[in-house]
Amino acid sequence: MPKGIIVHLEVRGGVVKRASLEALAEAQRLSASLGGSVTALAVGPDAAAAHAASGSVKLLTCPLEHWSTEAAANALAAALRAEDAAFAFIGATVQGRELAAATAAVLDAPYLADVVALRANGTTLEADRPIFAGKAVLVVRPVALPAVVSLRPGAFASNAPVAGAPGSPLAHTPDATALRVLVTALAAAAAGRKDVSEAEIVVSGGRGLGTPEAFQMVEDLASVLGAAVGASRAVVDLGWRSHAEQVGQTGKVVAPKLYIACGISGAIQHLAGMTTSRTIVAINKDPEAPIFKVADYGIVGDVAEVLPALTAALKAALSGR
Amino acid sequence: MHILCCLARVPDTTTRIHVAADGRSPDLKDAQWIINPWDDYALEAAVQLKEALGGEVTVVHVGPVDFQKDLRAALAKGADKALQIQTTGALGPHSIAALIAAHCGKPDAVFLGKQSVDGDVGATGAFLGKLLGLPVAGRLSALTIKDGTFTARREIEGGVETVEGSLPALFTLDKGVNEPRRAGLKEIMAAKKKPLEVVKAEPLPPRLEALKLELPRARQGGRIVGTGAGAVSELVRLLRDEAKAL
Ligand SMILES: Cc1cc2nc3c(=O)[nH]c(=O)nc-3n(C[C@H](O)[C@H](O)[C@H](O)COP(=O)(O)OP(=O)(O)OC[C@H]3O[C@@H](n4cnc5c(N)ncnc54)[C@H](O)[C@@H]3O)c2cc1C
Ligand SMILES: Nc1ncnc2c1ncn2[C@@H]1O[C@H](COP(=O)(O)O)[C@@H](O)[C@H]1O
Repeated sequence: MPKGIIVHLEVRGGVVKRASLEALAEAQRLSASLGGSVTALAVGPDAAAAHAASGSVKLLTCPLEHWSTEAAANALAAALRAEDAAFAFIGATVQGRELAAATAAVLDAPYLADVVALRANGTTLEADRPIFAGKAVLVVRPVALPAVVSLRPGAFASNAPVAGAPGSPLAHTPDATALRVLVTALAAAAAGRKDVSEAEIVVSGGRGLGTPEAFQMVEDLASVLGAAVGASRAVVDLGWRSHAEQVGQTGKVVAPKLYIACGISGAIQHLAGMTTSRTIVAINKDPEAPIFKVADYGIVGDVAEVLPALTAALKAALSGR
Repeated sequence: MHILCCLARVPDTTTRIHVAADGRSPDLKDAQWIINPWDDYALEAAVQLKEALGGEVTVVHVGPVDFQKDLRAALAKGADKALQIQTTGALGPHSIAALIAAHCGKPDAVFLGKQSVDGDVGATGAFLGKLLGLPVAGRLSALTIKDGTFTARREIEGGVETVEGSLPALFTLDKGVNEPRRAGLKEIMAAKKKPLEVVKAEPLPPRLEALKLELPRARQGGRIVGTGAGAVSELVRLLRDEAKAL
């Protein structure tokens, strides 16, 4: 009977991703009821740096010159077999979702994608999975083990990173055929820019901004709050903003502490991507706009008037701390 | 070139979800069904590759319900052949991939969407790549194929990756990769004569057991703080003192 959990640690620029720390903490929490041990695995160019966050957990490393999802999936499957583990846990970042699906394919195993809650049930797990971009939540259980689980970033608590012992190499040599598709470069987004899926505060703009230039008001508000800038699909389709900023069913699903929707009507596809935010603010000149039905606080008004005033008021309020 | 494009059938994104009588599946009786939005990019990429390098594009769909109208629409947008693998029973990514792999030969290039907007799983490509022995390049927002090799971009949190490899390969596509075309009347007429085959097959047993379907708690929204810039100071106060969001 397989037991225990292997957690993949995604390392970027020498730092273990928060999503991986969350997966690690959740694995440790669950292993208390499931039994078995938790083992961490880091793969790729930055693997050696993972010990900065592996804490008391055993760490295996598999260095690669360039990231290859296929090679990483093979390594994860090898670690799972070596430890006779029941679950592979992976933070559901973009890389993590690719890796999780590939690992499930290598193992020909059940895959619980992008889960937001996990519960031990005997020797197995039950998971809550948002489907239809969060319009419903499906509770599922794998019918066989091992199983692969990807955990939605932000949905689980993490512990502060604690350095552990340097990892020991995983007894697995990547096969050359697994290196057929490689990530050869990473261009970081402009300095100081946060991704909507990782930010604690998101300020989004929609067609109500009127022009692409008017997004400067959204940028200004975001910068005062240290927030990421999001967008509705309408303005992405118009080419005003990049797709990376799109929030919604065919964009990113976000659940920040605070979401501020500016000039966004609140179409069902947009709402699917942001209604689980903790606090929602809407600014819209139409009091009947559906966004107000989900907003905790609404201001009826013109963005051109309200946004600069809000930015100034917040600047004053926050500098006073 | 044998180019394959996989099309999923999903409820229109405006669909409101209700829980069916069994308590663990969605009731989609009244839904309008569409081709999965991301699969439009997959079809366009498949057709563009054929136009550049020659060959044939086959569109394939696995599922219980007649999808011929949508397959015809794909034929009108430039696919050459369509196949519906008609199944009964629940489908998972492993069984969709297994059925496609069993019925579609050895493609040189395969295109899928990055995920279906119903289940939001994003795993069919990985399973299909494994079964076909093809390398997978996933979630691409740009793709250039030239002289048998490709360069692509993938948007990750806070950056953009460059992804490289060579054909044969399987690709899953994100928005931005191309501008899907519309079919003209002439193409729609011509599509009526293109081959569309329906085969029946049994899926593999499901790997996940659904225990319950729940709807999220409705939000208590609707509190208007005020009108215009005059409401801003009250909003800031509420965000700070009541919501503790600052
Ligand atoms: C398959 C599919 C998938 C989709 N996926 C997504 C998705 O992922 N994300 C997404 O966002 N959308 C998505 N959509 C699109 C969605 O249906 C809406 O069209 C879109 O969200 C509308 O964007 P908007 O709110 O910016 O624009 P509009 O609906 O045009 O709303 C603009 C709002 O701004 C207000 N306004 C105008 N002027 C001002 C002003 N001066 N001051 C203040 N307010 C003002 C108006 O009252 C209005 O409410 C999808 C659609 C389809 C068909
Ligand atoms: N039933 C299906 N028939 C054909 N292709 C499918 C089917 N389901 C999913 N796909 C393809 O796999 C992609 C990812 O879907 P999924 O793994 O379900 O999120 C979709 O964008 C389609 O290209």
